[in-house]
Amino acid sequence: MRNCRKRAGDILHASALFVLLGLGVIPSPHADVVTPQVPAARGEQCVEPVEIMRRDHFEFITHQRDLTVHQGIRTPRYSLAGCINCHATKTAAGEYLPVNAQGEFCETCHTYAAVKIDCFSCHATVPTSKISQSP
Amino acid sequence: MNSIRFHPSRSSAAFWSACGIAAVFLLIGLAAAHHMETAGHWVTGMTNRVVWGMPHVFAVFLIVSASGALNVASLASVFGRSDYKPLSRLSGLLAIGLLVGGLSVLVLDLGRPDRLIVAMTHYNFRSIFAWNIFLYTGFLGIVAVYLWMMFEPRMNRFVGGVGGVAFVWRLILTTGTGSIFGFLVARDTFYSALLAPLFIAMSLAFGTAMTLLLGELVLRLKGETMSEDLVRKLARLLGYFVLSVAFFVMVSHLTNLYAASRQNVSLFLLLSGGLYTFLFWIGQIVLGTLVPAVLLLGRRLNSSGPILLSAGLVVMGGLVQLYVLIIGGQAFPMSIVSGFSESSALFDGVVASYRSSLPEWGLGIGGFALAVLIFLVGTRVLPFLPAQSPSQ
Amino acid sequence: MSRPDSHSAAPPRRAFFTQAGAGVALLALAPGVRLVELALARSDDEPVTSANRWGLLIDTDKCQSGCTECVSACNEEHGIVGHGRPETDAQWIRKVDLKDDQTGHELSIPVLCQHCEEPPCVDVCPTGASFRRDDGIVLVDKHICIGCRYCMMACPFQARSFIHEDLSGQLTHAPRGKGVVESCTLCVHRIDKGEQPACVEACHKEGHHALVFGDLKDSDSELATLNSTVATRELRPELALKTSVRYTSF
Repeated sequence: MRNCRKRAGDILHASALFVLLGLGVIPSPHADVVTPQVPAARGEQCVEPVEIMRRDHFEFITHQRDLTVHQGIRTPRYSLAGCINCHATKTAAGEYLPVNAQGEFCETCHTYAAVKIDCFSCHATVPTSKISQSP
Repeated sequence: MNSIRFHPSRSSAAFWSACGIAAVFLLIGLAAAHHMETAGHWVTGMTNRVVWGMPHVFAVFLIVSASGALNVASLASVFGRSDYKPLSRLSGLLAIGLLVGGLSVLVLDLGRPDRLIVAMTHYNFRSIFAWNIFLYTGFLGIVAVYLWMMFEPRMNRFVGGVGGVAFVWRLILTTGTGSIFGFLVARDTFYSALLAPLFIAMSLAFGTAMTLLLGELVLRLKGETMSEDLVRKLARLLGYFVLSVAFFVMVSHLTNLYAASRQNVSLFLLLSGGLYTFLFWIGQIVLGTLVPAVLLLGRRLNSSGPILLSAGLVVMGGLVQLYVLIIGGQAFPMSIVSGFSESSALFDGVVASYRSSLPEWGLGIGGFALAVLIFLVGTRVLPFLPAQSPSQ
Repeated sequence: MSRPDSHSAAPPRRAFFTQAGAGVALLALAPGVRLVELALARSDDEPVTSANRWGLLIDTDKCQSGCTECVSACNEEHGIVGHGRPETDAQWIRKVDLKDDQTGHELSIPVLCQHCEEPPCVDVCPTGASFRRDDGIVLVDKHICIGCRYCMMACPFQARSFIHEDLSGQLTHAPRGKGVVESCTLCVHRIDKGEQPACVEACHKEGHHALVFGDLKDSDSELATLNSTVATRELRPELALKTSVRYTSF
């Protein structure tokens, strides 16, 4: 009786590990999971640490957009234009590539995560403003 | 009450063919909506001057007739006319189907239908549109409860109460629908307190016509017909409702014609509006009002043929009336500086041209098809249809 | 956002000449631009308040029939291009030619969003996307606009446009896209930096000076002074909209 229960417990434990490994919750030492190849941004660092940005960047963007549209607050820190200024890459000829084009910054992660972005049906995908600062 | 038996539709070739035809038109409607959303609204006839077109004509018709379709059930539950009881269940189902059909046309025509969740979570309560979202969804819930009261014998005693709530809700809903246009202070062609009662009268007319047509259709698919007594009673009601619509139209035009500042609006629709004038007199008045009124109220009716024809004419007349109201009302130039003639690159001062497009018709008819499909399939799933009593 | 530089590190004489030169240049730049207005430009992280109310005064005597500089400037400022479909192409400002039905007198006026204090478009918007900012500018929050076009039905001036097709190449300061409604923003992106709307600047540059921009609540401003000394009117005054844009000379 006891052995049966222990056996059942072992099987349950093993299957749980198997499932969790498959889901990627527990990092597996030999994972050959494909990760997105994100082009590097210009400048020293982002306005927030990378881990925070990966999880919460949309929170900053959606909060900022309401402040900008309704209250006229245009601080550059969380502005979408500010993101694009650093994250848009340039060709050798010096032309900007759209951040939502194939292989560019926003598109790589969003295609990987299968999350559709709504921003660029309206917002400029390259720095266009005369006063935009490219570091 | 226990003497009335109800059955579902029978699964016959005719029945499934009817459903199939409706499904095909529904698919066409969905394809049209998809095309409009991906390409953008430039593929339609709607412009910056005429922003609402054929889809809205169909949508408003469906929504208005949904409200009126429930009237048959109200006659039984609220006004104690038990001779209409055989049609109560059917009336509730039809109301739900028509409303869902109309709402889906409205939603699919939006510039950003993917933002429906935004519309359901952000409300500006100064807008009658925002109120209407609650009125429409609430209506669906109330009618569902109403049907439950009718179906479940232990709940039958609540039918009158819930029916009363549904009746009042309907009046508020239809007032809200009419007020979408009636509250437009900027436009002489719309701003009027008369639109609320006009829409209530329209709902009674269109809803009764749709009940006659679709009720007869679903029973014929089962190899039966609607009871002659009920058909005759509904026919008489329809005749009176159609005349009441004409009354409100007439009063509204007479009031406009009396004012030097507003007579242009009515003169346009009644005399100089080209297509709109033609549609008004021939489509709305002659074919949509006078002919049905004569047929329905004239002599003693013996067969259902003229009655169903009249119902069809009322439906067509209703669509025409909404076309003249909604599209004609936008095409008529809005005066920005009174006392001056205006002209500009954005077609100020001229009657805006509007040519309806295939995607718009596709979407509108698709909404109709969805309503019919919901209705037909509903009658198959649950016992909505009154059984023929032996004396018929 | 630019602020007047402090020249405290430079030698006093040079600083004096620099500032005097800047002052003269500013005065020569455009009538109606005052040094005080620039100095009081709100900083980026302060919310707008109702202490200001931005407005326009349009002198129809100075507005030339046939001139469309304000329209061209607006289109260029916001990246508005035509698609060869005038009935559905966006237009934030347009010239309307008027002719008095009784007297035959002709004139031409620009018509744009009037930035009403009681905007019908704000009343009817189901989601609240159409709203009035505290400083009087009526805007569309394009993030929550669902494209129902009810505001276009409600606007007494036909000032709003719906975007009927996919757009590309938008400018950073003027996001606009398919399926959403838009209208004149009174160049809110310029005002927030302390500048003038593009149409006003273009009209000055053209030499007509028909458009005056300013703060209606600042009684010292040229706009408020003009409004209180000459006869001005709203469009469609019977609607009692209390517009920020007023017209004179007709």
